[in-house]
Amino acid sequence: MKRSKLWAWITFGVAVAYFLVPLLATFEFSLRIRRGTYSLDAYASVFSDPRFQATFGYSLLVGLFAIIVGIFIVVPAAYFVRLRAPHLRPLIEFVTLLPLIIPPIILVFGYIRLYNTSSILPLTGSTFGTDILLVLAYVALALPYMYRAVDTGLRTIDVQTLTEAATILGANQMVILARVIFPNIIVAVLSGAFLTLAIVIGEFTIASLLNRPAFGPYLQNVGANRAFEPAALAVISFVITWGAMGMIQLLSRFAPKTAALTD
Amino acid sequence: MTDTSSLVTGSAAPVSTGATGSPRRNPLANFARSQLGAYLGVAPFLIFAVLFLLVPTLTLVAGAFVDDAGHFTFQNILDLGTPAILNSYWISIRVSAASAILGAVFGLIIALAVIRGRLPEGIRAAVLTFSGVASNFAGIPLAFAFLSTLGRLGLVTVILKTVFDFDMYKAGFNLLSFSGLTLTYLYFQIPLMILIIAPAIDGLKKEWSEAASTLGATKTQFWRYIGLPVLWPNLLGTVSLLFANAFGAIATAYALTGSSLNIVPILLYAQIRGDVLHNPGLGAALALGMIVITAFANVIYLVIRSRAERWLK
Amino acid sequence: MTEFLRIENLVKSFGATTVVKSVNLSFNAGEFVTLLGPSGCGKTTILRMVAGFERPTSGSITVEGRDITDLAPNQRQIGMVFQAYALFPNMNVGDNIGFGLKIAGKSRDEIKSRTEEMLKLIGLPGYEKRYPYEMSGGQQQRVALARAIAPRPRMLLLDEPLSALDAKIRVSLREEIRAIQRELGITTLFVTHDQEEALSISDRVVVMNAGNVEQVGEPFEIYNKPATRFVAQFVGTLNTIEATVASTADNTVSIDGQIVKLSALPAGASNGNPIALTLRPEVMTVGTRPDADITLNGTVEEAHFLGSVIRLSISLGRTVLNIDTFNDQRTAPPARGDHVKISIASKDLLILGA
Repeated sequence: MKRSKLWAWITFGVAVAYFLVPLLATFEFSLRIRRGTYSLDAYASVFSDPRFQATFGYSLLVGLFAIIVGIFIVVPAAYFVRLRAPHLRPLIEFVTLLPLIIPPIILVFGYIRLYNTSSILPLTGSTFGTDILLVLAYVALALPYMYRAVDTGLRTIDVQTLTEAATILGANQMVILARVIFPNIIVAVLSGAFLTLAIVIGEFTIASLLNRPAFGPYLQNVGANRAFEPAALAVISFVITWGAMGMIQLLSRFAPKTAALTD
Repeated sequence: MTDTSSLVTGSAAPVSTGATGSPRRNPLANFARSQLGAYLGVAPFLIFAVLFLLVPTLTLVAGAFVDDAGHFTFQNILDLGTPAILNSYWISIRVSAASAILGAVFGLIIALAVIRGRLPEGIRAAVLTFSGVASNFAGIPLAFAFLSTLGRLGLVTVILKTVFDFDMYKAGFNLLSFSGLTLTYLYFQIPLMILIIAPAIDGLKKEWSEAASTLGATKTQFWRYIGLPVLWPNLLGTVSLLFANAFGAIATAYALTGSSLNIVPILLYAQIRGDVLHNPGLGAALALGMIVITAFANVIYLVIRSRAERWLK
Repeated sequence: MTEFLRIENLVKSFGATTVVKSVNLSFNAGEFVTLLGPSGCGKTTILRMVAGFERPTSGSITVEGRDITDLAPNQRQIGMVFQAYALFPNMNVGDNIGFGLKIAGKSRDEIKSRTEEMLKLIGLPGYEKRYPYEMSGGQQQRVALARAIAPRPRMLLLDEPLSALDAKIRVSLREEIRAIQRELGITTLFVTHDQEEALSISDRVVVMNAGNVEQVGEPFEIYNKPATRFVAQFVGTLNTIEATVASTADNTVSIDGQIVKLSALPAGASNGNPIALTLRPEVMTVGTRPDADITLNGTVEEAHFLGSVIRLSISLGRTVLNIDTFNDQRTAPPARGDHVKISIASKDLLILGA
């Protein structure tokens, strides 16, 4: 018994070292910009860089739109599949697997091919069109996570029984969706939203190939040209990702659960 | 006679629900309406999937079979046979396989330690939360982090040189190489493994090890005859998933090695960017090769996982 | 009767909570003993200490004269059956049953023949190749039993093995378990919260509550001569009549004005104080009876026809009595609202401690 506990502690220790050391090293590196001493100058440089603000803002905006579009696509689909069309479930789940099977680089390659200036939907022809394409690409990337979050939320609140109860009491479909279902799955939706945000903020491949001024390409650019600012950016990026995940954990504690407890 | 017949027909006549004011005239229409509503709700999802997932991919795949003049051809696929490209695929496969297998092994050991190693309660939750974050911490920031750690001026490199008088780079290590890339990939592969295998380890019921114990088995025998065999399908399947995950990743590699390590995604990236191959069909063929490999790996994962679930009902 | 298992001054605490409070028990070889009690009474904890999965805070466990308190569970040669069957999902029935023998290093032939023997014993011959997920709960539990017995353990422990099964299977399987145990003559410790289960198949029953042993005895004794109020209430149905002490000198009490003489009054009773008289449903008779010295008047609230038994709820005003009588094919049971007389022999009253 005791020997296995020792081995467990050793494993845990080694794991902590492997995962924490790079974070510490990055932080330490980011402080080294001023020769001979530690300072936060790299961070100052980053935050005051107008391109940082511009690209970060851009990615944030794109992420927001991706979240909204994602909600409008996923929530009705998840709801109706669960309630009225369970036979469509395998199809839907197959679709949610596609973004995981198709690497992002392939996806954007396909977009460039399909939606270029000589096609029916010439999205790449204009800046605005390309922005739309970017948003939709991110919706696709985040689709599996958004769907899983909403689907789990619907399952936890036993949407079938809730809908039946509301119908017996006289509510119609619209009222049910708006006033019964949605308020109860807001937490799940927010979880999906934060995951989308985490994916969007650091994304590089699609943004760079579509030539949009997003945060990812900016990171790569700084990495190629500066020495210490990249480390600061990596720390900032990690904090943001951690923040988003932390929000999800926090939210899951406030999620309503109406599935019956078994004794 | 007429009395009984009217009784019979009376029960078949439609019942009008006067209270709501809408007589249910035709149950078939109601069914159609409810199903229609459902399909309408699912429509945006499916339309999106078709337009922005299926069709682009299929168009790209189709493009692999088309030459410059627009005629059907296998030439593009055959052109994949050049040494440079084959080498590229081979490096990709090696990096993906190495990071997948190592990620699976280390991830399993850590998950076992944290879940069954009788460590304090909070550690398990902390590790799982961290894994959730770390599995998303890929791409460029990760590359920066490892450069800051194991790059020529990285913290660990410097410490080893000044404190232990050991020059890593003179000894042959280079972050911008196959082993360096694999090591970096492990940073998101291991957490992904932990996240996926944790529920499976939870599924190893306490009663099984207790029952094995009463039947005389030691801990090692439990793992050998029951624990690992039960986990094995999950392990195999996850290796497949990790492989696909690594194979499609590009940002980390790009930021780390520039274009010096020619994994397939980087090749493809350069191709899309500047059409260095001067051959769109070949680019499509490259993509096709990638999809085939990742799809194959993913299918293996799904098949194995569904079979494993059948056991543990 | 040789002593097989002895538990001495066994105590188990989890932090500040003491779950088992200094228990002393002794079991004979070949006995079927049941630990009976509500959830949290400590019965499962005691079983798990005998198996070796929990270490006692203090006290000792001795099997066949040998102290096993510190022995690892895999060296105790004890078979155990769990509530959740716990069959190994990656092995078929044959491999599950043969597992203990394989660990012990027996030959393949011996394992094969013993497995066949076990499958015949539990009534599932030819099931070697089946997998657990292909079988019903009852079948899985029987395989679990065979697996536990196959390596010829010295003792058998069963932790609420029937609680996860359907009611019908529960009854038939408990009979089977008892029959197998009798045939093999193996000392068995059975844990359950179902008092009917405990009474029907045990040689002796240990009734537990909140970490303490309330009573140890044969089922007949536990039911008819409960040592404490808890045992009387937990085992079977108990009726309570609120009376007042009339005279301690004469051992009389007053039941709604009627003076009744008892054989004895509990210690500490004084005139005018309330006293609770408890009795089983089958000792009362509706109507008159020659040996009854107490007659009460009541109104039938409900007549539950249970087939061979009719359970009547009769109101005396404040108190409601549950009376069991056998079905009489020629006489209909009393109807709701009927006024009836109830005859009780005072010697059938249970005089209980606290």
